[in-house]
Amino acid sequence: MSSSTTPAGNCATREREQKVAWEFLTVYWREMIRFVRFRTQLLSSLLQPALWMAFFGVAMSSNFNRFTSAIPVPAGVIPVDYLTFMAAGVIAMTTLFTSLFGGISLLFDKNWGLMREMLASPMPRTHIMLGVSLSGMTKSFIQVAIIMVFGLILGVRFFPGFSPARIAVSILGIFAFVGVFSLGFLLFSSTISMRLESPEGLQGIITLLTLPLFFVSNALYPIQAFPPLLQALSIYNPLTHLVSGVRYFALGSEFFAVGASYSFTPADVLLSFGYLVVFATVMYLLARRTFQKAVVT
Amino acid sequence: MGEGDIIEVQDLEHTFNGFVAVRGISFSVRRGEIFSFLGPNGAGKSTTINILTTLLPLQAGTVRVAGHDVAREPGRVREAIGIVFQDDVLDRDLTVWETMEFHGRLYSIPRDERKKRIDEMLRVVELDAKRNERTKNLSGGMKRRLQIARGLLTRPEVLFLDEPTQGLDPQTRMRMWDYIREVNAAGTTVFMTTHYMEEADMLSDRISIIDHGRIIVSGTPEELKNTLGEDVVYLETGDDAKARETLRGVGEIRSVTESPRGLSITISADGSHCLPRIVERVRGAGIDISSVNLKKPTMDDVFVYYTGRELRDEGA
Repeated sequence: MSSSTTPAGNCATREREQKVAWEFLTVYWREMIRFVRFRTQLLSSLLQPALWMAFFGVAMSSNFNRFTSAIPVPAGVIPVDYLTFMAAGVIAMTTLFTSLFGGISLLFDKNWGLMREMLASPMPRTHIMLGVSLSGMTKSFIQVAIIMVFGLILGVRFFPGFSPARIAVSILGIFAFVGVFSLGFLLFSSTISMRLESPEGLQGIITLLTLPLFFVSNALYPIQAFPPLLQALSIYNPLTHLVSGVRYFALGSEFFAVGASYSFTPADVLLSFGYLVVFATVMYLLARRTFQKAVVT
Repeated sequence: MGEGDIIEVQDLEHTFNGFVAVRGISFSVRRGEIFSFLGPNGAGKSTTINILTTLLPLQAGTVRVAGHDVAREPGRVREAIGIVFQDDVLDRDLTVWETMEFHGRLYSIPRDERKKRIDEMLRVVELDAKRNERTKNLSGGMKRRLQIARGLLTRPEVLFLDEPTQGLDPQTRMRMWDYIREVNAAGTTVFMTTHYMEEADMLSDRISIIDHGRIIVSGTPEELKNTLGEDVVYLETGDDAKARETLRGVGEIRSVTESPRGLSITISADGSHCLPRIVERVRGAGIDISSVNLKKPTMDDVFVYYTGRELRDEGA
């Protein structure tokens, strides 16, 4: 793929490089077969977000709505009920969990010796992580779609008063945020998986990471009331930016929820998106370095 | 290194965290032959095969496979080789066809060509009836055959086989040998590692015995066995003591001992040529011979001779 060094006359080399450039789709194809074939994994990954919505969401929303109903809603701002507010958080959380675990198939590939087949093939090594990451992203897309449909049934009011065209754009926007965010964490997960020996190690690291990432964010509650340190930390948390992006597209630029006013300018949203792009890029570079140096025998 | 060498290895060395696994080995494999690395576990066979297949980086020495340097052009080497790994490296949840399809796509074989070759290879290894079976449901022999079919899908110049029959039952192993011979007869050079003496003996055109990271001796199976020159003749006679006296002083006879199987005569030259003279001499002295038995050295004997110990037949 470093085509700049190829001599102009060397057609054979160039042809080969071009042919190989799409090989990550092969890895993607295999990952998706596995996803569909592991029934329990498939079912749990589809059920888990629905269960969050059904139990945590419904239980918390009756509490939160009781606490916050006393707070007057500022004039001209749309009030958003808690279930709708946290639905964006559940989308983000599900994406985070799925993506953090997404690299685990590489760990199994490595431990079961399957990775040697790929490493000994002419396919560029970066395609292994690209294929795995794209399949992880697809899984997140499927989950997000399920949450949105299931949320609708439970009473989540996304896209209030939006025109069909705006709804379409909003869905695209949500998927763009989810996509970049999940790629970032999938590449991160791939990197750790390549460096670790055991699935238990990966599990440990993921558990250690999910709690602060999840709770030091705006997924379940507003960060406006956080102590200054946590508030500062939450700004650097990619999850916060994902949630902001999803809320902007799902609820609009101005709304009121859990006793706090929210207002996003397009610049804020672009900044959040840019932050996620930078995060994903850094993770890509890290993963590429790891894969190029990887020795698996 | 000659013109017809498809693998050329010079002064290959490899160290893992201070442990020297391969200590400066040199060898070459000729195009079209079956070449075996015979040695016990931990001898450096796997390390060598991993370097030759570009899975391990080259630390010291030069290695060329199919005309390409493994350090400078690993991509070219990868395109030219096929590998059958030691353990059953198959995705348990893919079907036989998916396993082949995945491999063909990894190597960018165009769709039509891929389909044709997969059908053909599955027929060759007699797995076309199992094409929609998941690999976890295959028997040990079928798994190994599928791996061979996969390794050959890309029409490699060299097929690497790492312990190809380990863990297979004797019958399946013989079938496996037939497959390997067929593959070789069709023009593919085979480089294999094994710790089974008879496997190396039966299949190989040439063998290198490797131990403690060094090549101890190389040659054809016949050469290796003949250099021992320790053929043993067993004679059952009417009078062993007298026969023993008679044979004393014959040029090629190294020693004569009485054993439960009769007289055991160790010969320092090719036993098949000495045997008639021994028989004549004993008969000439008026001693009856009731049975004659010539035992050629086996690869086991060769191995013990060169390494000073038995090759333990244990798992990988």
